[in-house]
Amino acid sequence: MFYREAGDFKTSYQADSQTFPIKFDRYRYYVVLAIAFGIIPFVINDYWANALLLPFLIYAIAAIGLNILVGYCGQVSLGTGGFMAVGAYACYKLMTAFPEVSMFIHVILAGGITAAVGVLFGLPSLRIKGFYLAVATLAAQFFLVWLFNRVPWFYNYSASGQINAPERDTFGIIITGPNAPAWATYLFCLIFLTACALIARNLTRGTMGRTWMAIRDMDIAAEIIGVNPLKAKMTAFAVSSFFIGISGALFFALYLGAVEVGEAFGIQKSFLVLFMVIIGGLGSIFGSFAGAAFLVLLPVVLKVVGADMLGWPTDIVAHLQLVIVGGLIIVFLIMEPHGLAQLWRVAKEKLRLWPFPH
Amino acid sequence: MSDQLIFAIEVILNGLMAGVLYALVALGFVLIYKASGIFNYAQGVMALFAAMTLVGIMNGQVPFAHLINAIFGGHITHFGWNIPALLAIILTMGVMVLLAWAVQQFVMRHLVGQEPIILFMATIGLAYFLEGVADLMWGSEIKTLDVGLPQGLNVWIDDTTYGIFGYGFFIDNLDIVATVIAALLVAALVAFSQYTKQGRAMRAVADDHQAALSVGISLNFIWVLVWSVAGFVALVAGIMWGTKSGVQFSLSLIALKALPVLMLGGFTSIPGAIVGGLIIGVGEKLFEFAIGPMVGGATENWFAYVLALIFLVFRPQGLFGEKIIERV
Repeated sequence: MFYREAGDFKTSYQADSQTFPIKFDRYRYYVVLAIAFGIIPFVINDYWANALLLPFLIYAIAAIGLNILVGYCGQVSLGTGGFMAVGAYACYKLMTAFPEVSMFIHVILAGGITAAVGVLFGLPSLRIKGFYLAVATLAAQFFLVWLFNRVPWFYNYSASGQINAPERDTFGIIITGPNAPAWATYLFCLIFLTACALIARNLTRGTMGRTWMAIRDMDIAAEIIGVNPLKAKMTAFAVSSFFIGISGALFFALYLGAVEVGEAFGIQKSFLVLFMVIIGGLGSIFGSFAGAAFLVLLPVVLKVVGADMLGWPTDIVAHLQLVIVGGLIIVFLIMEPHGLAQLWRVAKEKLRLWPFPH
Repeated sequence: MSDQLIFAIEVILNGLMAGVLYALVALGFVLIYKASGIFNYAQGVMALFAAMTLVGIMNGQVPFAHLINAIFGGHITHFGWNIPALLAIILTMGVMVLLAWAVQQFVMRHLVGQEPIILFMATIGLAYFLEGVADLMWGSEIKTLDVGLPQGLNVWIDDTTYGIFGYGFFIDNLDIVATVIAALLVAALVAFSQYTKQGRAMRAVADDHQAALSVGISLNFIWVLVWSVAGFVALVAGIMWGTKSGVQFSLSLIALKALPVLMLGGFTSIPGAIVGGLIIGVGEKLFEFAIGPMVGGATENWFAYVLALIFLVFRPQGLFGEKIIERV
């Protein structure tokens, strides 16, 4: 019924290799884009923006970034929180140093700075592999958080040690600080997410993505057939950190507004983004979206059901949330190690044949 | 002797003691990794879980009291009895064995043959799950744990060193006890794996799963055994850390501290875990003592990781790890 190729003829290579080759899929994608850009900004309010949409958009960017590194290039990283912190502090320093420059430039520059830091901490990956690398990236996590906590230059010598996002605009519209309208912050993040997803999708199916996947599947074999491991790993770290840096900058400037580094970008954040990637599906852009949506929604749903409807104390709900997240991860890994993205693929296959499966 | 040097010696001694405690946690990792190739991130939470269960049993707390009260109303908190420490430790060990069985039965059995990274992720999930269960069972407030271990300044060392250097070293009794217990534990583990049937089977499984299966060793049983032994090590570590700094969430973070210890020592080596722990313990205390004040302090947060990172660049398999051989 749905997802049928019948009658959908391709007459050019370009049409044949597009991201959504099935017509139904393509139209669905256009409809989603139209709703996201054309309808939601007009109906959005502060609660929806802050509780669901902004965290979803921002975590989706981070998850795409980490998925490139872990899912496509096979380099496990536990330093996501640290790299997000680099993005946030780079953005803060740029915002305060050049107040008149557009936020677009600041966020992109913050991503670039994070990419440089990411490459620096990615260098050991040439020698260290697997678990050893995962633990080595913890060095980045702890060192970076300590650095932003202890060196006053990074937080402009403020007495509290926090960083606060000053009011900045882009094209005359205020998008940071307490007076920013919800639709503006939402659109700003949405534009970045769309751009990141497009870039990631096209990188991962091009030459670069293929070299990453070759390194992931077996690095020595990849080296023998002529993949340069230095280039492949460093580009993966750079692109991944670029996205993570952007998400860190948005997380600080648009979502939280004020940040204490150990709290906002601690080791828990690294694990959260990693869980998004695993639950969503390693090596899938759609999976990054699905994982981010799932883990942003879950606490909100639990809070509504547990605390508001059943009237349980919030600490019990918080503990139950740990149990449920942990249990879900285990169940997912046992039932479907490839995550929500694989479930989606299976569902699509089923839908193609439905209602006549034979 | 100059004051600085004497201070440095004291710092090194304290570092050695802290290192022993790191090594205790790292030991649990090595045991499971050797036997099943699983990198068990949940080891730290297991220590927390064990310590909380021990406190709960000793004080006669009702498990899941908060949850029961929330669902059915009522105000149950305690059974109203206290259990002596030794009996409580034995009961807790029973709980840890049960936990080991449950982990094997419901999680690891279904994941045999998956990639190591998937297994690693599963143990992270397990860590979250256990942490939530522990909080639900016993409540998340900070608890004090007292099983009768001596604590506080060791007066004899203080007096003796005062007599020699004119300056009394501050060394905690608990650290000395921990060192002795750690040494006993390692000796017991070595004896167990060398001289008992189950211990030999454990080593066989560690060497080669398929060969062990083919001579009739039950992998299921061995894995439950290994997780139980790791649970025992977690219990010992939990008692030590819990007595030292209270039973609270930060206890589970010592797992993260044990990671650089493992990297230094190599994932597969029990002596490596001990030596790595001592190096990290002394290194971070000395660094904090010598360089810390210049860069703003609190370097203990990251020093261990950076040291391990730099070390690994030169020797990727750690000090005592098996040489990594890669084939296509």
